[in-house]
Amino acid sequence: MLRMSGIRKTFPGVVALDNVSFDLRAGEVHVLVGENGAGKSTLMKILSGACRRDAGDIEIGGRPATIASPRDAQALGVATIYQELSLVPQLTVAENILLGHEPSRAGWIDRARLAEHATHSLAEAGVRLNPARRVDSLGIAEQQMVEIAKALFRRARVIAMDEPTSALTAREIDHLFSVIRRLTARGAGVIYISHRLTELPGIGQRVTVLRDGRNAGTLNLSTVSIAELVRLMAARDVRDHFPRRRVTLSSLPAHPAPPAFPACPAPPASPLLQIEHLSGDSGVDDVCLTVHRGEIVGVAGLLGAGRTELARLIVGADVPSSGRVTVKGREVTPRSPRDAIRAGIGFLPEDRKRHGLVMPHSVSRNVALPNLARWSTAGWVSARAERTAAERWVTELRIKTPSVAERVARLSGGTQQRIVLARWLAAECELLVMDEPTRGVDVAARVDIYELMNQVTEAGVGILMISSDLPEVLGMSDRIYVMRGGRIALELDARAATDELVLQAALGLTS
Amino acid sequence: MHRGRDGPLQSRVQHRRRGASAAVASGWNRYGAGRFAAFAGLGSLCLLLWILTPHFLTLANILNVMEQTSINAVVAIGMTYVIISGGIDLSVGSILALSGVVLAKILKASAFGANPAGALGWFPLSLALSATLAVGAAVGIANGVGIAFGRLPPFIMTLGMMSVARGAALLVTDGRPVSGFDPGFRSLATGSLLAVSAPIVMTIAFYLVAHLVLSRTRFGRYVYGIGGNEEATRLSGVAVRFHKTIVYGVSGLTSATAAVLLTARLNTAQPIAGINYELDAIAATVIGGTSLSGGEGSLGGTLVGALTMGVLRNGLNLLGVSSFLQQLVIGAVIIAAVLVDRGLKERRR
Repeated sequence: MLRMSGIRKTFPGVVALDNVSFDLRAGEVHVLVGENGAGKSTLMKILSGACRRDAGDIEIGGRPATIASPRDAQALGVATIYQELSLVPQLTVAENILLGHEPSRAGWIDRARLAEHATHSLAEAGVRLNPARRVDSLGIAEQQMVEIAKALFRRARVIAMDEPTSALTAREIDHLFSVIRRLTARGAGVIYISHRLTELPGIGQRVTVLRDGRNAGTLNLSTVSIAELVRLMAARDVRDHFPRRRVTLSSLPAHPAPPAFPACPAPPASPLLQIEHLSGDSGVDDVCLTVHRGEIVGVAGLLGAGRTELARLIVGADVPSSGRVTVKGREVTPRSPRDAIRAGIGFLPEDRKRHGLVMPHSVSRNVALPNLARWSTAGWVSARAERTAAERWVTELRIKTPSVAERVARLSGGTQQRIVLARWLAAECELLVMDEPTRGVDVAARVDIYELMNQVTEAGVGILMISSDLPEVLGMSDRIYVMRGGRIALELDARAATDELVLQAALGLTS
Repeated sequence: MHRGRDGPLQSRVQHRRRGASAAVASGWNRYGAGRFAAFAGLGSLCLLLWILTPHFLTLANILNVMEQTSINAVVAIGMTYVIISGGIDLSVGSILALSGVVLAKILKASAFGANPAGALGWFPLSLALSATLAVGAAVGIANGVGIAFGRLPPFIMTLGMMSVARGAALLVTDGRPVSGFDPGFRSLATGSLLAVSAPIVMTIAFYLVAHLVLSRTRFGRYVYGIGGNEEATRLSGVAVRFHKTIVYGVSGLTSATAAVLLTARLNTAQPIAGINYELDAIAATVIGGTSLSGGEGSLGGTLVGALTMGVLRNGLNLLGVSSFLQQLVIGAVIIAAVLVDRGLKERRR
């Protein structure tokens, strides 16, 4: 019924999909799996019209299809239900179901027909809901049902569902599965994307695994084992572009560190950062971890596992509800970013543009932001001292900019990342929390950043690196923590780590 | 891009050449384009008026314009700070009125302490002035607390305060103006320094100080940072809420300062003074190149913006244009100025 073949899609600097094929039979539930960044969402976006493919063919019902916009996709009978749900909370169920297709007479909405259509679609989905209720008064499971009714109203034959069960209780999941079976019994096809591998045999017939933007296999769910799936998701060929020089604690310099980076006076035995039973309202639950000088500690896990939330607790961006953070033996438990910075913790956030840099400002202003106290007397900033310091770091970290007065918005992702790093090194931070350090950085610049990380740790700085890129985590870390559901699921030494171990822990498959 | 009158601009460019040439390029882009547009606008306007009427380019008229603009210019100082920090202050007119009547009441009360020659001693005068400024700053800080700690949108908080302060002014005076002050106080408006009238000198002095604070102090940096990216600034360890509060306090302070100048000039403090002053202040700031979304802007630009509006009004008056049409023209000029400024910013991005 649906056939996608030879699909190719590139974004600047990265090939998201390479010759990917996917087909769906009528009445089938076809599961799509793959780790973060494997290309699942991109494939779905191409199908739903949110993205255009660069190459490849799509056939629906045996006829070639061009999907240039979401409206085209809808017209062809493709409906997509995203994880975040695309409903308008302030409107009623009926209004949402018929959004964009409201029955009207000369411009005035025909309320009677609106309710009638909505009730019909809800019945088709096998759902009992009052169509006059506001969507924001419904629970997640019910909202999902509204989405399904919406898809049915639009006569969808292909329904793609992205992580539908992530927020549901067991009973709601059963109900969802029975609704899906109803849909397929009527001849529709469902594409089901999920990380919850254990549920899959209960609902799907076939499964396709994507890895690094390519097909890794299409199998029958009744015959394949979970372990096999994990293996297909994780297997990797090349791991040698990570120039990690592992720093053993005894190899730390005894002589004073190079002037660029902070020296390391404390004995290597005591940890630089120690976190005990840290919990927060954002979902972080009883996390314990340590980072030593000169170490890169990787934190892996799926999206939503709570890693960024943990980082925010450590750097004082959010306030923890319980637990302790100790730096160099002194308890600091930051309640504000200022506390964390004073304790020597620097934060390189995931979203540089929104949380890291002030985009319209210059390089020197951005580097200076937390450090103004260093270069000012009685509140007056010495512009010369600020510029000199910025120029020094530009040289030290090889930041590519025509001058320190250049706006950071005009510089590349890799350069911007170095500017954030410069800021914390200038603040003499000894622990850096890096959330997705190479996101939005092109391949060539990534290696440079890894080299920088090596340099920085050789001078005694410790790095806590959060990354969704499994090879990066495995290649650059000395030790790895895997998070899942706000807790630490696994801690292991990098030398003993494999993709599968990490992925299994992230998916919750280890006992 | 050099066109129109650019005398003062030329020297600025030359000054910049002392730095690295690359710094010139990016520094020019950053500060020059916005203010250049404002200067060019003002320059062309003056040129046009010079052609159209002989009365414009007389010394008396120019000084008149500057004196009349001084009130708005001072209010616009605080407004510039607030807008650069990413907010807005609609209550400046009301704070001006309130501070003015407070000042008037104190002066009237302390006249009993005047010496027989009729000149108010400097001590009571400075006390009265300090109290006035304190009232303005306090109302401003109240705005800031509501916005920074109460997390109210600046538009709403200052809108509410606009009414509150206005009501307070009316209460204090029972709705009636307070007039007739001591010549010692009035000399703030009537006096002069080196043949330049006192208000003009003071306005320039205020601008100088405010500019230095904004561009050279940590506080100034934080104001730009909060407007440019509040979260990033917070994550850099800056006490954002505290500094935001102070910024609104500055705005209240400059409104109170303007109230002092106005009361001295008119010899009257009215509870209904300052109506719509916030619009003029915002217009001056925006014409001067400050972006309403925050993070960018300069006081030099605001001064040019205020002068532009003053010159425009003056010119239209001299040309005998009806005041209704004047309002239309001024509004159109504001829109045009922002469009041009936006267009320039887009081009160099």
